[in-house]
Amino acid sequence: MTEIPKEEYVLKCTSACAGCPSSLILRYVLKAAGPDTVLVVPACCTSVIQGIYPNTALNVPVYNVAFAAAAACASGMSEAFQKAGKKTNVIVYAGDGGTVDIGIQALSGAFERETDFLYICYDNEAYGNTGMQRSGSTPIGARTTTTPGGKIHAKKDLDAIVAAHNPSYLATACAAYPQDLFKKVTKALSLRGSKFIHVLAPCPPGWRFSSEMTVEMGRLAVKSGMWILYEREFGKVTINGPSKAAMIKPVPLEDYLAGQGRFRGIDRKAIDALKSQAEQRAKHLQKEAEGIC
Amino acid sequence: MLTVATGNKAVAAAVKEVRPEVIAAYPITPQTEIVEQIAEYVTSGEMAGRYIPVESEHSAMAACIGASITGARTFTATSSHGLLYMHEMVNWAAGARLPIVMANVNRAIGPGWNVWAEHTDAFQERDTGWLQVYVSTVQEAYDTTLMAFRIAEHNDVLLPVMVNLDGFLLSHSMQSLETLKPGDFIPPLRLPHAIDVTNPAGYGTLTGPDDHFRFRWEIEQSMRRSVPVIAETERDFAERFGRRYGVAEEYRYEDADVVVISMGTLGKEAEVAVDLLRGEGVKAGSLRIRWLRPFPELDLSGREIVVIDRDYSFGFGGILAHSLMAKSRIEPYSVIAGLGGQEVTFDDIAGFVRNRQPGSESWFGVKGNV
Repeated sequence: MTEIPKEEYVLKCTSACAGCPSSLILRYVLKAAGPDTVLVVPACCTSVIQGIYPNTALNVPVYNVAFAAAAACASGMSEAFQKAGKKTNVIVYAGDGGTVDIGIQALSGAFERETDFLYICYDNEAYGNTGMQRSGSTPIGARTTTTPGGKIHAKKDLDAIVAAHNPSYLATACAAYPQDLFKKVTKALSLRGSKFIHVLAPCPPGWRFSSEMTVEMGRLAVKSGMWILYEREFGKVTINGPSKAAMIKPVPLEDYLAGQGRFRGIDRKAIDALKSQAEQRAKHLQKEAEGIC
Repeated sequence: MLTVATGNKAVAAAVKEVRPEVIAAYPITPQTEIVEQIAEYVTSGEMAGRYIPVESEHSAMAACIGASITGARTFTATSSHGLLYMHEMVNWAAGARLPIVMANVNRAIGPGWNVWAEHTDAFQERDTGWLQVYVSTVQEAYDTTLMAFRIAEHNDVLLPVMVNLDGFLLSHSMQSLETLKPGDFIPPLRLPHAIDVTNPAGYGTLTGPDDHFRFRWEIEQSMRRSVPVIAETERDFAERFGRRYGVAEEYRYEDADVVVISMGTLGKEAEVAVDLLRGEGVKAGSLRIRWLRPFPELDLSGREIVVIDRDYSFGFGGILAHSLMAKSRIEPYSVIAGLGGQEVTFDDIAGFVRNRQPGSESWFGVKGNV
């Protein structure tokens, strides 16, 4: 077992929803990062979770910035710290909307410039802070307030987009696997250059499941192969244990979908599309892990 | 050192002297020469700052904001569409109380594409909490850029400053330039709210109406406090380096019966028009507004006023004319001229004065108007 520090940087006074995966993820991110860290947060659930001025529930400096601006703001911060001879970690903590949609230009620019920072996208697959509208990260078939009939377009392949920038480190993680997340954040912060971690954040009110089921829902995402845990370090892909097991013997996708109100009434065609995308993703990553492509 | 330079090169040369730690910029005509020159200074080692070649103006201002909040001195430059594209972050910089200095090379806004001088770009940012100053010569561009850092970073102000120069008319005009060593004219930046990991704080956290209201009032108070800071900075600059500009530059103003009020390079053209009119026996004078924000308090009573706006607010009128009408209680002859780089000569300006119709508005060169 990895020794996880007892220090808490997410204090017990957040305004997160019950069962919130985003604050759970952030708790382990900050335990790994430690106190010499600044968070850059664009508009997302964490804008609210951290509390209302003059209070803050986060025990590191947090720079809140406009929706599209997080990666660019972090670029400036990272350069300024380096110029001042400081080794402070600059971590963007952004939701999926602020990453795959409105923030992707700034993200691409920062990665192209090899900005020395860690970008974490916590992905609850919709605009959660504004009440669950679809984002580019919402999967096919999921009902949101702006896709009341279920989304008809596929989830954007954010990881492939980021991988195309050749970052120092890219990993996926899931709120249900905090040890794995902790290790990945620790590794990312030990490397120079642009690092990226994409964390699945099963959201009880958004995905419409009971708030004590967050961890279970995250496990089902991984076990069904809908979410694959892997790392890409200087281009080399490693599929992590839980996903390796899922690739050999996955639980049925329907088990993952059935527990979520957002997929209620999903049609066969959408389920097939989700399945085929998951299989293709797994195949592609397996080939990469074997060094075939 | 005496040299010759364009307005753009003068701005870059001034920035070199104040040594910002971080410059983030995106190129746009007619600003490009500023960022090219700074990139050259950084590459050659003449400047030790970090140059971030961002992918958009929105990111340019965002990167300056991220750097500035660590306590670093920052600079960027833009123009026209670039300024409007960064509009959200322009507001953010002021709201976050960051003393970022930006040069804006005034240019028209499309469509259609037009790269020539117009003030509407910066005027659209006038309510953001930035101090705005407009210059008319290469030397003034240089001197004002130096002063901008001292004013922005003064702890009574802590607001960003935009230095505006007319596209091509000034940005690309070669004039003589005396460069300086500012020395302790610009003290080191001490940002009181700089990020400190040993004293963690939330910046820009969710803020309720009472605090939001108070923060906006504090910006207004700082804007008011900038008036004496600008005056003191100009006084010290004049003592050390021998040049003084003021919030508005007067020319044959004291005894003038009719005054031409304008901004930027039009102000220099107006001075020639004044000489011409004086030769005809018209007691004309010129007042060139430098600082748009904070807006100057001017006593214009007892004179006829001709205001030239190189800008327009549709459905409202010339922005400078209407600002002066409200602030100085005058009924000027409002001339809209020079939009999109329209040529406006001293002869034209003399014509505005000769044909003035107080209380009315004319669009120069438009059929059925002047």
